[in-house]
Amino acid sequence: MNIIVALGCGLLFGFGLALSGMVDPARVLGFLDLAGAWDPSLIFVLGGAVSVSFLGYRLSRRMSRPVCTEHFDLPTRTAIDRRLIGGAALFGIGWGLAGLCPGPAIVSLGLAQGDGAVFAVAMMAGMLVESLP
Amino acid sequence: MNWAHDIQAACGGMLIGLSAALFLLLDGRVAGISGILGGLLGPRNRATAGNAAFIAGLLLAGPLYRACTGRWPAVHIAASWPVLVLAGLLVGFGTRLGSGCTSGHGVCGLARLSRRSAAAVATFMITAFITVFVTRHLMGGGS
Repeated sequence: MNIIVALGCGLLFGFGLALSGMVDPARVLGFLDLAGAWDPSLIFVLGGAVSVSFLGYRLSRRMSRPVCTEHFDLPTRTAIDRRLIGGAALFGIGWGLAGLCPGPAIVSLGLAQGDGAVFAVAMMAGMLVESLP
Repeated sequence: MNWAHDIQAACGGMLIGLSAALFLLLDGRVAGISGILGGLLGPRNRATAGNAAFIAGLLLAGPLYRACTGRWPAVHIAASWPVLVLAGLLVGFGTRLGSGCTSGHGVCGLARLSRRSAAAVATFMITAFITVFVTRHLMGGGS
């Protein structure tokens, strides 16, 4: 059952990315380019996403367990450390260079989009390198 | 014209948020894409079948969008292959090192009012703004 939920959530997430314009690096870079012809629409994407996600989170606090599994599995770390800030800084540089972040990169793989696939393969290589001991 | 653009952006965003909410309420997990994908690639993996199913959903989202709307989502990539490779490596490495990306820290972390995620979002937004400023306005042209 939770496999079907995960598949459905992935589909919905990717559909939302496609509808919102987040999968288009030109739109993302237009948002990140404050000094250019700034495109504010990604604020609406983030605003819409965070507000609905917030309602879901509030609802989850009233539940003793998720519907399809035994218990909630949420991040527990709270430290703001060098790993967090360093990793986020590197991610931002890569995001600013290409206009792609992990979700849109995977969606663009499903579009058989050559340039997007180059990015996605490099991204997975970067993830593997980080996971090496 | 721009107005319709922004409404569509907000609707897409709300679908993303709905996906994150459902994944939490039904499967009890945070919909962080870099964590879900990274879990499949590295030794830190848990709930691998669920991870694979979520990624499969993302891969099928483009074709679903095509089926529903009659057109493929617009994707305009201007960066050259060497830049895409460098950017991909930075995004992959950085999101795993920092334990999250736009979805895990942004959509889910901010909704959970996590200070840790807020710090990560502020950091990657600032370095992304600076990177675009440097490549577009100081180096000229670029991506």
